[in-house]
Amino acid sequence: MLTRRTLLTLTAASPILASGVFRAGEVRAATPKGVIVMAKQIDDLVSGFDPAEAYDITNLEVVPNLYRGLISPDAADNTKVVGDLAESWTVSKDGTAFTFKLKKDAKFPSGKVVTAEDAAFSFQRAIKLNKQPAFILSQFGYTKDNVDDLIKAVDAETLVMKLPAPVAPSFLLFCLTAPIGGIVEKATALAHEVNGDFGNGWLKLHSAGAGGYQMVEWVASDHVTLDANPHSGKPDQPRRIFIRHVPDPSAQLLMLQKGDADIARNLTPDLLKKAYAEKDFKVVSSGQAVSVYLAMNQAVPELQKLPVQQAIKWALDYDGIATNITPNMYSVAQGFLPPGLPGGLTDRLYKKDVAKAKQLLAEAGFPNGFEVTLDVPSSAPYADIGQAVQADLAQIGIKVTLVSGEMRQVMTKTRKRGHQLALLAWGTDYFDPYSNSQAFCENPDDGEDGKLKLLAWRNHFVDKELNDMSLAASKELDNDKRMAMYREMQLKFAERAPFAMMLQKIASAVMGKGVSGFVIGPQTGFTQYADVRKA
Amino acid sequence: MVQRLIRLGTTVSSLAITMFGLVLVTFFIGRVIPIDPVLTILGDHARPELVNKLRMELGLDKPLPVQFWIYLKALLQGDLGRSVMTTNRVVDDIRLYFPATVELGTVAMIFATVAGIPLGVLSAVRRNSALDQFVRVFSLVGHSIPIPVLGLGALLVFYAWLGWAPGTGRVGVGYVGLTPTVTGFLTVDALIAGDTEVFWDAVAHLMLPAGVLAYFSMAYISRMTRAFMIDALAGEYVITARAKGLSPARVIWRHAFGNIAVRLVTVLALTYAGLLEGAVVTEMIFSWPGIGQYLTVSLLNADMNAVIGATLLVGFVYMLLNLLADAAYRILDPRV
Repeated sequence: MLTRRTLLTLTAASPILASGVFRAGEVRAATPKGVIVMAKQIDDLVSGFDPAEAYDITNLEVVPNLYRGLISPDAADNTKVVGDLAESWTVSKDGTAFTFKLKKDAKFPSGKVVTAEDAAFSFQRAIKLNKQPAFILSQFGYTKDNVDDLIKAVDAETLVMKLPAPVAPSFLLFCLTAPIGGIVEKATALAHEVNGDFGNGWLKLHSAGAGGYQMVEWVASDHVTLDANPHSGKPDQPRRIFIRHVPDPSAQLLMLQKGDADIARNLTPDLLKKAYAEKDFKVVSSGQAVSVYLAMNQAVPELQKLPVQQAIKWALDYDGIATNITPNMYSVAQGFLPPGLPGGLTDRLYKKDVAKAKQLLAEAGFPNGFEVTLDVPSSAPYADIGQAVQADLAQIGIKVTLVSGEMRQVMTKTRKRGHQLALLAWGTDYFDPYSNSQAFCENPDDGEDGKLKLLAWRNHFVDKELNDMSLAASKELDNDKRMAMYREMQLKFAERAPFAMMLQKIASAVMGKGVSGFVIGPQTGFTQYADVRKA
Repeated sequence: MVQRLIRLGTTVSSLAITMFGLVLVTFFIGRVIPIDPVLTILGDHARPELVNKLRMELGLDKPLPVQFWIYLKALLQGDLGRSVMTTNRVVDDIRLYFPATVELGTVAMIFATVAGIPLGVLSAVRRNSALDQFVRVFSLVGHSIPIPVLGLGALLVFYAWLGWAPGTGRVGVGYVGLTPTVTGFLTVDALIAGDTEVFWDAVAHLMLPAGVLAYFSMAYISRMTRAFMIDALAGEYVITARAKGLSPARVIWRHAFGNIAVRLVTVLALTYAGLLEGAVVTEMIFSWPGIGQYLTVSLLNADMNAVIGATLLVGFVYMLLNLLADAAYRILDPRV
């Protein structure tokens, strides 16, 4: 029989009992030695870790830590490439044959040396699997029928890549730095082959690369565990990387403060400010090749008029948005190639000028403005940017109705060309200007069955000159000339394309006490976990 | 006997009809939401030919009723399909994520019951006393503060300031993957493996999220208990019992409480069902890999097999607990 007395005693004792249990956890607060714990939102991860298939932000960062490619971007100068597994390379005069000499000391976790045969297999496999990122290689003309003849290992250390047609050498080399350029160990992949999938099913959850780490476990929306590749040649790298899914930014900061996490990846501007204030923490950041833009669908008669497009571009308060809404998170960038990417445009072409915008609008025949809808993702910071755009356009008489939705909902709508104005972000597919110039400028067939349904198509933007320039620049063999072409294109684009390029993403990470060496590059895949150190 | 069989038959068929309704509604809502599932898998940069190929592979090019028929046929064979988000079969995903929610929900439920019922009873017995006022305010606060605030507040106080509780996740980083999965309940699995260190670490990780959920649920339980009890204490049998000179404790616990127990069972069952639906926000804040988080993420990814699978599970649990409450009713009160 439970009497009131026992009950009261129990109630009074419960905090003491509870704190006893709490204390059991206290002893183990700090992260284990040699293990780097990263708090990160990783629920975008869908396509697994096969370099021929990985295509989400999180795995595009993880895969380059599992696999090495022939080429990597030069950390000191992002507009250049250096050899990674390749010791050296030569390009034939006509630009159609690349010969790579491989280093002799790079090893897979199995202990076997990386050979040209592995490299040839990896590229052939990527083309034959034809998963989403395959276009990064197939755009050079490789098909499942010709790839075996065009990409061949001459001997253990020599790989020859022939091209059906000449391209800019820098274009191919930059594309090889993408995760799809990661070299897979042929024997391991084939040992796990099921129904001719080249080991794809197995490699989604495991790894067979010569990178600093190998895959241990992935539990969706919970964690990713990586262990050091014993043959990576970096004996002092962290032995384990543990990425824990922590969707709440405040919880990430708390973990960092308590020493339960070594690196926090998704702090919001206000939390970053707190992190900057802590003397033990180090904040690293880098502008990334992700652009926030306002798209104007050319199916809307008002938006077809060039002066209207320009009026909208002159009406926006780029600096106000960057300073007030997205400090430390996005900065102003007005080219379709953001700074940091080869060919990135640093010029400021537009600033807020209400009088000029109004005048342009009057010229176009809308002295009193018009009404239009703007699709905006409901997540931060898009919702706030959308409101700022609404207020800016109201000043010149354009009455904007905000249509707010889930990010994927807005994407779905714009891909069906169902929007009027839309605010979205675009990240480059690979570290070469062509990725963005193709997306924003090329629309060879505006019909419903168009072959290229990228951003220009989604907004019915057809501009033959820009389309052709984009194609020409991808074939320009002289790199300096090529970059000059991108500059010219961007200036024309800013003047007459129905896109207001607004902001560029700044990625930030905070290292906790005693942690150093974490570097964020202008592209997701540049982050090398093996360089992180913990005191 | 015949009557019992009829009753069982009705129960089973109503269960089946309800589940069918749930599948139907979830399926069609899932197919009309303006998010393209192909977009989730291939990303925003996908080439048209791959988009079309995948759309055909997923059967999304077929008319809705055909898609539903295909899904239903598979479902009847126990196949919930594959999740695009985790690449696993949805059945396996549920086996992976649901135990985490059950573990959290059960501990929270125990806390909430152990604290909520006595507080409600005391509050009713000492009606309008200082104690009663305190309990009412205490539970009202628990029910009014939004869970994110409560959760983050608890983390701030017990984890960041006092250092009594470990932070997010089910277990400390050093212990992840140490014990083999048998039941899916980390505490139980650790005991089976004989690893007391993992066990205590898992218990410690449970305290804060379970405490937050318990506080929230306790508020409801104690308020209901109080109301039932006040009702019961005014009953004639209680007055009679008092007049017979029985001790106050006996009157309260044996006579009055015994009478409200039946109604309380329903309250408890519904509270438990609510906890097992996946305390979405709590799971997000505490990075608890449970069914609530699974459901949210798959919904945002338009991962419809996963969404329907998780919804069916939640619906099934809800109905099952309701049935159990009904059964308990009959056992506790033969008049029903």
